[in-house]
Formats: sequence, C-alpha cells, structure tokens
Amino acid sequence: MRHQFSVKVGPVGFRVGSAWRAPVAALRHLYAQYPQPDGGITDFTVRLEPETMLRRWVRQSVAIEGDFMLPGAVPMALRHGLLAAEMGMNLQMAMGQRHFLLLHASSVERGGKVLIITGESGSGKSTLSALLGERGWRFMGDEFALIDPLTGLAHPFPRPISLKNEAIMVMADRVGAGRMGPLLADTPKGDIRHLIPSADALANMMVPGVPALILFPRFGHAAEVRTMGTSEVFVRLTQASTNYVALGERGFGALTRLVTQVPVRAIDYPDTESAIALVDQLWAELA
Amino acid sequence: MRDARILPWILAQPARTAMLDARGWTALLAIAQAERLLGSLAHRLIGINVPPSARRVLDGALLSAETGRTQALWEGEMARRAFAPLGCPVILLKGTAFVAAGLSAGLGRQIGDLDILVPRDRLDAVEAALLDAGWEWVKPDAYDDSYYRTHMHELPPLIHRDRDTMIDVHHTILPLTARITPDADAMIAAAVQLENGLFSLSPEDMLIHAVAHLFADGDLSGGLRNLWDMDRLIRDHGGTEGYWKRLHERSARHGMTRHLSRALRLCHHLFETPVDPYLAWEGRKGDVFYLGRLLARNGWGQEARKPLRLAFYIWSHWIRMPPLQLARHLWTKWRKNQAKA
Repeated sequence: MRHQFSVKVGPVGFRVGSAWRAPVAALRHLYAQYPQPDGGITDFTVRLEPETMLRRWVRQSVAIEGDFMLPGAVPMALRHGLLAAEMGMNLQMAMGQRHFLLLHASSVERGGKVLIITGESGSGKSTLSALLGERGWRFMGDEFALIDPLTGLAHPFPRPISLKNEAIMVMADRVGAGRMGPLLADTPKGDIRHLIPSADALANMMVPGVPALILFPRFGHAAEVRTMGTSEVFVRLTQASTNYVALGERGFGALTRLVTQVPVRAIDYPDTESAIALVDQLWAELA
Repeated sequence: MRDARILPWILAQPARTAMLDARGWTALLAIAQAERLLGSLAHRLIGINVPPSARRVLDGALLSAETGRTQALWEGEMARRAFAPLGCPVILLKGTAFVAAGLSAGLGRQIGDLDILVPRDRLDAVEAALLDAGWEWVKPDAYDDSYYRTHMHELPPLIHRDRDTMIDVHHTILPLTARITPDADAMIAAAVQLENGLFSLSPEDMLIHAVAHLFADGDLSGGLRNLWDMDRLIRDHGGTEGYWKRLHERSARHGMTRHLSRALRLCHHLFETPVDPYLAWEGRKGDVFYLGRLLARNGWGQEARKPLRLAFYIWSHWIRMPPLQLARHLWTKWRKNQAKA
C-alpha cells in the first residue's frame, strides 16, 4: 500500500497500510518511542482504504479493513484516520488474538502485582489507569488486559491511552502537550485525544505481572465498595472478553483460575480523587 | 507482492520458506489469513525452522484450528443425535468430513458451518428433527425461503439457538437450476460409514464434490483453499489401487469430467499435485483466467484484479441459473433492498 507503518505493542506486532499520508504521519508521531516488530514480521495487518475509488479524493472516507473485518462497519471521516487505525488494531486483537484471553479492561502494575480495572464504556477505566500511571504505578494498557492461559500472568498491551471529553483536559494539564496526540474532535465517541504512556511503561512492555485485584468501577455515585459473587464475576468477565468463546477450553481454564484466585470488588465513585483513594485502600487490604 | 503466488508456492514445498525475508513472511501470513489457509499453512510448517515472530502467528493459527476441530466434531455429533430416531444416514461434507475421517485435508483447516447431505425424500423429517433439537431459521424472509426451497440444493441455513452455530442441509450437490446435475443418489448410496456412526462420501465422490463446489457453485472466492483440499485428498487417496479409474467413471456419471480435468491441472500447477495426465487433459482453454482469478490478492491481503473478479462473479451466476430466471431473481432482490433503504 502507498503509506505504511509498523509497530510493536507489548507482545504483538502490527502493520498499518493506508491510502492516505495523514493517518500514517499521525501514527508515526504517536508511536515514535515504540519498538519495531521482532524480525520485521507482524502478527496483524490493518488497511485503511477508500470505501470506493472515488472516496480516495472526494468526501474522503476511511474503511477499516485487515486480516479480520467487521461486515457492515461504518467508514470514518479521513480527519479521524488515526482513530480508524487504532480501531483497526483493536479489531485485529479482539477477533484474531489466540495466545491470550483478552479482557476489555485497563491494567496497572506495582511490585509485580497487577490491578485489572474492567467495566462498561464510561466507567472511567481509561482515565483511572492513566492517572495511576502518573502516580507510581506502571501503566500496562487501557484497552485490553492479556491473560496468558498457560501461566495466568497478565501481559501489558500499552497502547496510547484513548482519553475522551473531560478526561482530556485533566490529563493534558498534568503531563504536558509533549505526551499528547492530536485532538480528534467530534468523533462518533465524542472528542478523543491520545496520551503516550510514560517511558517506564514502554520500556517494560514485555514484562508481565501476577493479577492481584480486579475492580468493576462505576462513575457518578457516592463512594461505595461491594463484594461480588464468583459466578457473577465469571459471567461479567465472559462478557468483557472478546475471545473467550474462540479460545474454547483454554479460555474457560484461564477465566476460572482468574476468578477463583483474584479478589474482586465493585466500586462506585463520585470523582477521580475518591476513586484513587478507594484503589489505594483496597490494594492495601487485598492485593 | 502483486499476487498470491507465494502461498501455493510455500504450501507445495515448505522448505522454500528458507528463502523468505521479513517482507515475504508478512505477505505470506496475510495472504494465508485472507484465503483462510493460515491453519493449513501452520500445519504444513510444523518442524520447519521459521523465525520466532512467524512461529508465534503460526502457533496461534494451530490453536485456533484445534478449537475449531473440536467444535466441528461436536456439531457433527449433535446432528447425529438429532437424526438418530429417523434412521437416516447423516453424510458429512467438506471440512467436518475431513476432520471426522482423519484426512490430511482436515489438518489445520478452518471449518465454518456444518454441511451435511441427506436423501431428498427424507428432507421434511430432517427439517422437523432439527427444529425439534433447537435449530432455528436464519432468514425469516418469505422470498428467500421459497427461493431456497424451489431453486437451491440446500435448505435455508439454520442456526442453533444455544450454540449459535449454523448447519447447511444439502439434499443434492448443485443448485437445482445449475446446468450440470451430479447424481446425489449415487453419492449417498456409495457413502462410507465412519467410526463415530456418521458418514462421509467415498474418496472419489469427495473429490468430485469439491470440484463441483469450486467451479459450479461460486465465483472462485476461497478457491485456493478448495484446491488445497483437493491436493490433500489426492495425496491421501491417489495411490490407492484403481483410484484414477474409479475417479474417471465417477466424474463421467456426475457430468463433471471437464471440471475435474481443470481442477487437476490447476492443482498440479499450484501445488505440484501428482495427477493422472490422461484425466487432466480435457478442455485446457481458459486456465490462465482461472489462475489469474485464484491468485488475485496482493501482499497486503487485498483483493486485486477487480475486473477479473467481477467477470467471474457474473459468470458464476450465469451458470447457476437460466438468464430469464436470473433477471427475475436480481430484480426481486434489488426491489427488496430499495424497500429496506
């Protein structure tokens, strides 16, 4: 393809081909500090193509294609090409990853132990992991936690953190513009701006950790901690996993081990400061 | 890389991977993925020295294929249980048949839906048994349903409400409207029983069924995988006493001699398959177009040669239906799409 980019994120190599220059230029900026895929061979291919030949030039729109594709996916505006590339990489992982059980979750590590934060969109898991990553934790990922079915360890997948709407200001003030990607305004998910993980997170992107605590946060309620039954956790994590079914028995084994060995809490929080306080408290008690 | 040649080239002789650089490897893996042959490639490259990052991709494909194999066999077993009271043989077709019979074509093969063949006169009972066992119609559309029933070689697809898996129930080999009519009754009569109580086609019919599926029932998309199946079947069975003679007789009976001949030539060209030169001789015209279409994919896994692809697409409809009927069908489909939009 005309414009090409490749990168290694955690244990996974990607290549992205694009019909236009802009998305690849944005990727190069955002991933400047990331390594290249091992031996130049990639796990997954993503292609950003015009929906039809005409759409390369007129009312340009980007169709997300690659090794794995979602039939009927809506093409995106070219100015959101970076987001299209990110979604394309997520899609390859979600549909094609077979070495790890994927949980739609963010994760951070301290002292070799991993905190996994899962929950629906808008629960604040990206923002929480980004904040913790600036407060002495090692950021491991804000999109997928990778659980190795053989060892039970959680592996990092430290992609640039996708911050949305209000979270953008909070983090940009804290880390400075040098670690922020371009503002993608009015995407289907609102305003999005990426935060480049810290140097420490990138240097240790191949270092896994032992899952030590799983949290299901919920934003917008008075601070509260609730326990959850093992069966409920199991079912909710199957829903949070993109490849639980595809992994067959290995997926069942990995998830069973996780929910029986790792403590789980649901937390409500009214603002980020109280969320951090709850995390510190539960980590001290349980992890 | 402008076409998909590298994939059959490596499948034919895996030691050739020693000549690949990083670019070649990435192209090979992307093309294999797009042609749904990554698992087969991974199996072919077991024991070959490959770079660690390629090995990781191939190992992932092996894991995937193994899970797929277990699920396919389980679906076959579910169908067997559903049909047990009917006393009607369940003949497995395509991928599930290959893995159930332990054939090389099943190694690493990606398996989609469960395809089975049943005698046409038992179709009502079969349908009732499936609905009773939890399968449901996928297409509740009245036109599609009646279209399947009057013109197709299979029931409208059914999906299982708990397992979310599809079953295609074939009652003959090609659409009822197609110009060639292979003899389904003869195939059913010659079917062989497997250890698990299910049936598969005889070795010769299995190859002919693959040929029919490739040339008379589609626009050659997925054709490389189809031809790879044939290569594997021929290498499993080709050395059996009398195989080629029976194959010739069988293909004549099903009206498939010219198609078989072309398939053998394409297999030989792409995978260096040992074939009977006499059988492979007939009707050589046009092979170059078929090869062009089969290899129409670049090193990024993208579809290439759009006009040739379109030509084959139109051709595939032309041979499946008489022109007037085709026009009527496309008109109805178009109007329904308009109504939806």
